[in-house]
Amino acid sequence: MNGSEPTFVRKTLAPARKAPVVTTGLIGFLRTRLFNSPLNVVLTFASAVLAWFVLEPTIRFLLVNAVWQGSDRTACLADKAGHPVGACWPFIQAKFTQLIYGFYPEDQRWRANLTFALAALLLAPLLVPKIPGKTLNAALFFLAFPCLAFFLLRGGGLDGFAFYWLAELFSVAWKPSLMRFWLDFSLTTTVVIAVVILLWGGWPNGRRAGLVSALTFAGIAVVIVTLRLDQGGLPVVDTRQWGGLLVTLVVSITGIVASMPIGIALALGRTSRIPLLRIFSVAFIEFWRGVPLITVLFFATYMLPLFLPGDFTIDALVRVLVGIALFAGAYNAEVIRGGLLAIPRGQREAANALGLSYWKTTGLIVLPQALRHVIPALVNSFIALFKDTTLVLIVSLFDLLGQLRAAFADPTWATPTTLFTGFAFTGIIYWVGCFAMSRYSLFVERRLNAHRQT
Amino acid sequence: MRTARPDMDNRMAADPIIRIENLNKWFGDFHVLRDIDIAVTRKERIVVCGPSGSGKSTLIRCINALEDFQEGKVVVDDIELGPNLRRVDDVRREIGMVFQSFNLFPHLTVLENCTLAPIWVRNMPKKDAEAAAMKYLERVRIPEQANKYPGQISGGQQQRVAIARALTMNPKVMLFDEPTSALDPEMVKEVLDTIMDLANDGMTMLVVTHEMGFAREVANRVVFMDAGQVIEVNTPGEFFGHPKHERTKLFLSQILR
Repeated sequence: MNGSEPTFVRKTLAPARKAPVVTTGLIGFLRTRLFNSPLNVVLTFASAVLAWFVLEPTIRFLLVNAVWQGSDRTACLADKAGHPVGACWPFIQAKFTQLIYGFYPEDQRWRANLTFALAALLLAPLLVPKIPGKTLNAALFFLAFPCLAFFLLRGGGLDGFAFYWLAELFSVAWKPSLMRFWLDFSLTTTVVIAVVILLWGGWPNGRRAGLVSALTFAGIAVVIVTLRLDQGGLPVVDTRQWGGLLVTLVVSITGIVASMPIGIALALGRTSRIPLLRIFSVAFIEFWRGVPLITVLFFATYMLPLFLPGDFTIDALVRVLVGIALFAGAYNAEVIRGGLLAIPRGQREAANALGLSYWKTTGLIVLPQALRHVIPALVNSFIALFKDTTLVLIVSLFDLLGQLRAAFADPTWATPTTLFTGFAFTGIIYWVGCFAMSRYSLFVERRLNAHRQT
Repeated sequence: MRTARPDMDNRMAADPIIRIENLNKWFGDFHVLRDIDIAVTRKERIVVCGPSGSGKSTLIRCINALEDFQEGKVVVDDIELGPNLRRVDDVRREIGMVFQSFNLFPHLTVLENCTLAPIWVRNMPKKDAEAAAMKYLERVRIPEQANKYPGQISGGQQQRVAIARALTMNPKVMLFDEPTSALDPEMVKEVLDTIMDLANDGMTMLVVTHEMGFAREVANRVVFMDAGQVIEVNTPGEFFGHPKHERTKLFLSQILR
C-alpha cells in the first residue's frame, strides 16, 4: 500500500487501539491541561498559590481556630481560649432560634416548623420528574399550601363564607355562630359546585369538574376542623413578630411564585395585538422597572396607608409581598417576552391551522417553548430576588440579615469575631439556597431540552 | 392588463368546495393579490405555480385565514369567510395545511404532534387520539418514529409527520405551501409520493410547488400566477404543451431546461 498509487481498496480493517496513556486519566490531564507549555506551568503554580492564600485562612477561621463551645463572649476571647480565635460558633448557637424564627413566640414555633415541613413535603415530589400526580401536587403546593400557611403562621379563624361576606357587603346584621358557619359553608359549597358543573358544560360533561370541586371543599372542611378555624383557630401571631429565615423564605417564595403568572400575563399583554392591553402592559412594566425596589417598599409601607381610607388597613407584610411580586413580575415579563420573541411565527401558524384557539396555542405551543428558552434568565432573576428580599429591612421587617444585625447589638456576645461569624453563617445559608436553585435549573434545562439532542 | 377570468371554471365546477371571489389583498400599500377568482371542485388537485413574490403562498394562506384580506370573499364548504374573518375556526377545521418549513412542534414527540389537535380541538379521549394518530403515521409510513422528537428525524420524515398531523383532523381540503422546497434533494421523492397517495385517495388539494414533474403527473389544473394575478389556468397537458400567455411561456422556458 503506497499513498502515491492513484487507486486504493482497503483489504483489512484497522482494529481500534487503546488511546496512548499520555492523553487520558490523571497523567493525561496533567500533561495536556496543566503543564503543557511553560506559560501554563507558571499559571498552574500561580493558581495553586492563589487558591492556598484563599482557602487556608478560610479553613483556619471557620474550623481550626474556631471556638465551638461557650455561654457568652468570654469563650471567644483570645486570652481565654489560649489561641487566636476564628469563628465564634457559640454566638450562632445562642442566636439560632432568633435567626430562624425572629420574635415568633417560643410556644408557637411548632407552627413555623410545621409550615416548613409541609412546604418541604409538597415541594420535594414536585421537583422530582419521575413522581406522578404533578397536577394534584402543583395544585396543593401553589393553591392549598399558601392558604394553609396563612392560617398556620398567622393564626385566627374564619367567620363565614360567601353568604357571610355578602351579608357584610350589604351591611346585613350577622351574628357569627357555629351553626351559621357550617350552614354557610354547605350552601357556598353547593352553589360553587353547581356553578362549576354548569360552566363545564352541564350534566354529564361537568361531572368531573363537579367532583373535583366537591373534593376540594371536603379538603377545606378537613382543614377547618383540624385547625378549628370555625372556633377562632390558632392564636394570632402578628406579622411584626415574624422574622429571620421565616420572613426571608415567606417573602422570597411568595415573590418567586407570584411573579411568574404576573410576568407571563404582562409578557403576553406586551406582545398582544390589542392596543389597550399592549399600552397597559408597557406602562406597567416600564413603571415598575423604572423604580428602585427600596422606593416600592417605602411607598407600600409608609405612603400607601395615607391614600387608603381611614379604617382600611392592610398588613405590612402583605403590602411588602404585593410590592415585591409586582416588581419581580415586571422584570420576569421582559425575560419571558424575550422567550416569546424567539419562537418562530410558523409555530403559531401551524397551531392555528390545526384549529387551536389563541389561548390553546399560547398555552400548549408557544409558552412551553418560550419558557424553556428563558430558564437561565428566569433563575437568574429568582436568585437576585432571593437576595434582594433582605431590603425589607428598611421597612422594619426583620429578615435573616435583619435578625443577624439585631443579634450583633447584644453586648453578651460582643467579640472581635462576632461580626465575621454572623456574616459567614448567613452567607452560607444564602449561598446554599442560591446554589441549589442554580443546580436544579441546570437539571431542568437538560431534561426539558432532551428534544434538542439528536 | 385584465387577466382572463376563469369563469369557465365556475361553470364547470358543479360542486365547488372552495370558491374564491374577487379576492384583493394589500400589504400596506402593496397590492399583493388582485381580483382572484378561483373555484375548486371536490377531489380536484390544483397546482399553483409562478415566480417568487407572485402571491401564490399568500393566496393559499388566505383560504384558511392565516392571512386576512381587504376585499372579496372565500367560501369553503359553504362557510363564508369575508374580510372580517368571523368564522375562522369553522373554516380551519375543514382545512389541513402543510408548510414549507414543516413547523412541527419541537417540544412534542411525533405522536404528540399528531394527537394535540384531536385532543384539544375535538375533545377526543387520549387513547382514541393516539390510535387514530398511529393510523395516519402508518399511512405516511413512519409509525416507528412515533416516540422520537422532530429534531431527531430527517427533513423528509418531518414533512411526512406534518402531513399526518394535518390529516388527523379529517380535513376536507389540504393546502400544501411549497412542501418540498426546504428538503434535501434525495428526500423530495418520499414527500411527493405521500402527497400522490393522498391525491389517489381522492383528497381535494391545492399545492404551491416548483416541482413541475409533480404538477404534470398529479394536477387536474395548473394555476399560473404573476404579480398577484392569475395569468393562466389550464390542464397540465395544455399548460406545459401549449401555454397561451406570453408570461407563462417565459416562465416555463426559464424553469424547464
